[in-house]
Amino acid sequence: MRSHLLPAARLLALLTLVTGLAYPLAMTGLAQALFPTQAQGSLVVQGGRPVGSRLIGQPFDSPRYFWGRLSASAPAFDAAASTGSNLGPLNPALVAAARARIAALRAAEPGNDTAVPVDLVTASASGLDPHISLASARFQVARVAGARGLALSEIWRVVEGHGEPRALGVLGEPVVNVLELNLALDALSPE
Amino acid sequence: MTANALVQVALFLLVLLLLAKPLGVFMARVYSGETTVLDRVLGPLERLTYRLCGVVPETEMTWKSYAGAFLAFNLLGLVAVYAILRLQAVLPWNPQGLSATTPDLAFNAAVSFATNTNWQSYSGETTLSYFSQMLALTVQNFVSAAAGMAVLAAFARGVARRSGTTIGNFWGDLVRSTAYVLLPLSVVLTLALVSQGVVQTLRPYATVTAVETGRPQVLALGPAASQIAIKQLGTNGGGFFNVNSAHPFENPTALSNFLEMLAILLLAAALCHSFGRMVGDARQGTALIAAMTLALVAFLALCLCAEQRGNPALASLGVDARATAMQPGGNMEGKEARFGIANSALWATATTAASNGSVNAMHDSFTPLGGLAPLVLMQLGEVIFGGVGSGLYGMLIFAIVAVFIAGLMVGRTPEYLGKKIEAFEIKMASVALLAPALCVLAGTAAAVATTAGRAGVFNPGPHGFSEVLYAFSSAGNNNGSAFGGLGANNPFYNVTLGIAMLVSRYFVAIPALALAGSLVRKKAVAPGPGTFPTHTPLFVILLLGIVVLVGALTFLPALALGPIVEHLLLYA
Repeated sequence: MRSHLLPAARLLALLTLVTGLAYPLAMTGLAQALFPTQAQGSLVVQGGRPVGSRLIGQPFDSPRYFWGRLSASAPAFDAAASTGSNLGPLNPALVAAARARIAALRAAEPGNDTAVPVDLVTASASGLDPHISLASARFQVARVAGARGLALSEIWRVVEGHGEPRALGVLGEPVVNVLELNLALDALSPE
Repeated sequence: MTANALVQVALFLLVLLLLAKPLGVFMARVYSGETTVLDRVLGPLERLTYRLCGVVPETEMTWKSYAGAFLAFNLLGLVAVYAILRLQAVLPWNPQGLSATTPDLAFNAAVSFATNTNWQSYSGETTLSYFSQMLALTVQNFVSAAAGMAVLAAFARGVARRSGTTIGNFWGDLVRSTAYVLLPLSVVLTLALVSQGVVQTLRPYATVTAVETGRPQVLALGPAASQIAIKQLGTNGGGFFNVNSAHPFENPTALSNFLEMLAILLLAAALCHSFGRMVGDARQGTALIAAMTLALVAFLALCLCAEQRGNPALASLGVDARATAMQPGGNMEGKEARFGIANSALWATATTAASNGSVNAMHDSFTPLGGLAPLVLMQLGEVIFGGVGSGLYGMLIFAIVAVFIAGLMVGRTPEYLGKKIEAFEIKMASVALLAPALCVLAGTAAAVATTAGRAGVFNPGPHGFSEVLYAFSSAGNNNGSAFGGLGANNPFYNVTLGIAMLVSRYFVAIPALALAGSLVRKKAVAPGPGTFPTHTPLFVILLLGIVVLVGALTFLPALALGPIVEHLLLYA
């Protein structure tokens, strides 16, 4: 093994320069040139001010806004320290969190006693999920319409306008981007 | 299981198997030193590399010399990663001003990346500087994968060469794996991922003002795409961010998800075809890939059904978990809405079939049987596709055991591809099969028997035991995924899991090289009427039977204490 140490050291140094320096730097340069918005975090800018990333969820709990997934990070949607809840299926804290979310949804919209879509009462893997299912959007549509004094059909049109279908019609799940949806609502009916 | 889930799975497997064949043939040419389409561009750079490093790739090595080079290179890589992590506070590209990691974390991460495990004790965005991510982790992502592929190439030569004493040159195999296979594929994948929204920048974290709260939200950024591409292709799996490929900046869309999943299995699948071609019988590779695919599909079905069935504890609260056109339903705790059930289950199965270990959903929050599938896939020894190189040489060791057992049944001297399997081969195969199992079971026992080990457990009940068993199954088979609730960033787990990773990497790779060295010296005998063919459906079934039997005999008692009893409790 000892006779191999010298070539090993030289190769490690060279491969470090190639794969650890040249490669990521070249990729950074190409990425910034070809896809500058994406490479930089897909920021959403309003009035010259970044108000979020279209890929990163934000906390919403006003009745005027659509709410996103539960976030296990502390504070919620901490994009500098992503984490899932890691709660096992039998953990009492899992049921408690779901129960609390259901109570909050019912309190915000007393008349709605339909079953709550599962993605609205569970924490996402990243704590940063920017999406909810179409079912979760539909569950909240009457509440948002009421809080904004707009027709339900008008809100639903905005939801459908921001729905993201399956890629190529097959891959992934159909979802709605919560931040983009809420920004569109604010453009429609500012406070 | 929904119809769309079946379509997604079928499409994934179809694309994977279609791409594996041509790539496998290409890699066989790379390892046989034949000309390839990339020679024009890469040939001069390759020769320059050898000249600068004083290496003559035509010099043939015996298995002992080959193993020595492999170990020397890994040892230096390990030391380099350790040093960088300990010094990151004074190194450049540290815009967040992160301090040096603790010694035990640096040891764990260095072992983890040098052994191609990529167990994540660290949390990327809060622990590691851009410099550390690039010059420590990205580098090992490449070279640990290349080293595994090199060992496989040497093993294939040991079987293929009709007589001789040498099995190739480690330096040549290492450089050619990196330059001709890993780098070109990584460049393509990086750019595809950035187009989908994976970040790639050296600027500091961005701060935005959240819409409703008006409070600042800090967005962790970094040179992520370049590392994620190789993390998937090289079956490494260590995330740039804490939550790995569940993070929207690591895996933003269904398309990025599809490409990353493909990359997880692509090289491991292709290497089966490379092996077939290198031993001069393409059917051998097809048989191996058939066995792997069958096992993958079986475990996927289990995981998918269990996750789609959902969590009965939530159903009683008035939660709608049915799969409809508007929602995936099922067990959505720890899953991303854009991936739903199908892509989370498919990823979990693929990443543990391969020894990749990246995740797009939190395995700790899976249902008991949904979590059992990835757990068992690791415990089978990471041979269902497995790590690049390491998965196939692991599977070939099982193949040797399979022909040995078949030989015992009919009372003939067993042979594999014309090479007689004798006492030395079976001894080496046994070491390679037993060492990881020992790490898993002894490590789990030590952890649950000590206060330090039990202190890391997060979930109550049998699930807590599953967390520990999963951790040692992962480290003890070089996978790297986790039941993430386990608090593993402490001296106890950093050291014990580090040792498990070292043992399971080198106590499989070195016996594999020893086998190659022994087989290469044997004169190949022509197949006779009594030869047991190793390309037939019968052999595929026998091979799978041996893999499952060894795994079941070793781990069923431990599984009964964790996921199995948890399943019974959940439906009690």
